[in-house]
Amino acid sequence: MTSDPAPASVAVRLAGVDKVFKTGDKATTALVGIDLEILRGEFISLIGPSGCGKSTLLRIIADLIDPTGGVVTIGGKAAAEARQARDYGMVFQAPVLFDWRTVEDNVRLPLEIMGWDAARRNARAREMLELVELGDFLGHYPYQLSGGMQQRVAIARALTFEPSILLMDEPFGALDEMTRERMNSEVLRIWERTGTSIVFVTHSIPEAVFLSSRVVVMSARPGRITNVVAIDLPQPRNDETRESTRYFELVTEVREALRAGEPEGGEHGSDDAASLTSADQARVEDGIQ
Amino acid sequence: MTLATAGPRGLAEPAPSVSTVERSRRVALDLLPAALVFVGVIVAWEVIVGALELKAFILPQPSAIVAALGANWPAGGRFALSTSAGATLIEAAGGLAIGTAVGVGVALVSARWATARGVLLPLAVAAGAVPIIAFAPLFNNWFGVLNPLSKAMMAAVLVFFPMMANVIRGLIQVPPAALELMRSYAASDWTILRLVRIPNALPYFFTALRLGATLSLIGAVVGEYFGGASFVLGRIVVQSASALRYDVTWAAILLMAGTGIVLYAAISFIERLAIPWYATNRGGGRG
Repeated sequence: MTSDPAPASVAVRLAGVDKVFKTGDKATTALVGIDLEILRGEFISLIGPSGCGKSTLLRIIADLIDPTGGVVTIGGKAAAEARQARDYGMVFQAPVLFDWRTVEDNVRLPLEIMGWDAARRNARAREMLELVELGDFLGHYPYQLSGGMQQRVAIARALTFEPSILLMDEPFGALDEMTRERMNSEVLRIWERTGTSIVFVTHSIPEAVFLSSRVVVMSARPGRITNVVAIDLPQPRNDETRESTRYFELVTEVREALRAGEPEGGEHGSDDAASLTSADQARVEDGIQ
Repeated sequence: MTLATAGPRGLAEPAPSVSTVERSRRVALDLLPAALVFVGVIVAWEVIVGALELKAFILPQPSAIVAALGANWPAGGRFALSTSAGATLIEAAGGLAIGTAVGVGVALVSARWATARGVLLPLAVAAGAVPIIAFAPLFNNWFGVLNPLSKAMMAAVLVFFPMMANVIRGLIQVPPAALELMRSYAASDWTILRLVRIPNALPYFFTALRLGATLSLIGAVVGEYFGGASFVLGRIVVQSASALRYDVTWAAILLMAGTGIVLYAAISFIERLAIPWYATNRGGGRG
């Protein structure tokens, strides 16, 4: 276990992180012995079956949940300090836009909270909406946008204050396959432009491989890291990447790593995570939180 | 490489821009069935009462009621319906304002501090459970039988409880992800209240306010039955009925309904202006 201060290039350091949820006299171990270093500017995906604690891990990094044991360091700071310093941009599975705010007002929200003056935050919100190609929708209300557009507003909102880390919890899980692929390309484009470190939770193997610098493979009961697959696909990635041999090899490698982590072998071999049982498990997991 | 393609992707069809004329025409069409039924009932009432030759003190014809309304409308007459309707409207509106202010205040305090909720909620439930009639003699004693405030307070008690309950629900029922988002911005509880909880509660508030419009009128009129100034609708009902002037009684009832509609319409109008983003207020487009 390293206890020396993290080098400047480390964005997130997790050392021996455990999480036990207690409900009444029943204790559920969600995470055991998580060690992980995420470098500045890396794109890390957390992938694993439902109940492996990947969303919990994301929330521990974000200081929304306290770990039971272990140390979380964000760029040399404790997670709580990092949250107070507004180091985190969050994107959830649901866009979580506020109905009563226009697209522009939704994107401005974090800047209002952080006390930016009006002229600066307007300019910034517009710039971010241009970045996600929604510059023509400033005055629209969320209900007037499609699901994919709403999620792009959420991404723009998360980027406005230039957080050092972008945390994304299955952000495209509710979108259809075509929209999801477009959104993946868009996220990569934004990542290349901003140089933000991204931690991305997903159920989809192709998505994880296409996006990531490294794919962190987790397994359930108890949640732990079983493998880390380095993705050596060239940048920038595009539609040709999805058709390259190396891409398919890496998809297979991640799939096999996931199977190896399963006790019975291959419970969720496919990337389609939306089966009823896994959704139910996810709900149970959320309920415990 | 698709990244360079310009223009918004995954675009929803834009909300169709509806002209004012077109919108008025649609509203008129929406209201047409209700209007036809209303007119049909009035005509049937007129015809059936006439055909059965019912005595006016059992059920006057609509034409007789309208005639009574006209004859007794001016101020200074025996039943001065215009003065009475105005006075009752002021009592109801005053009670609506008081009940709303107290209900919202208690809701804000209760949503913010769990201890306050523990103390205030049982009291509020108890107050809400008492039949409103029971308060009338008390309020006449406290505020003065001729003082409009004694009637307004009756209305306020009725308005208070649904207002408090609805606003508390609106303040508390915020999606958990929205709270996580705000925490990730290190937003204070006060900021979360101001930027998330209060806007989230607005639709609940307006629901309670529309409900309150009707309740405030009931409260005011019930208060008036237990004594008050001569020219209020509740007193007109009591006095005209005891004088067997049932046409005037019906005219007063008509005015109560009218007053209720005025209050309700005013609140609906304000609601449309205040929360145009709320589902039921969206004009056209996706919903």
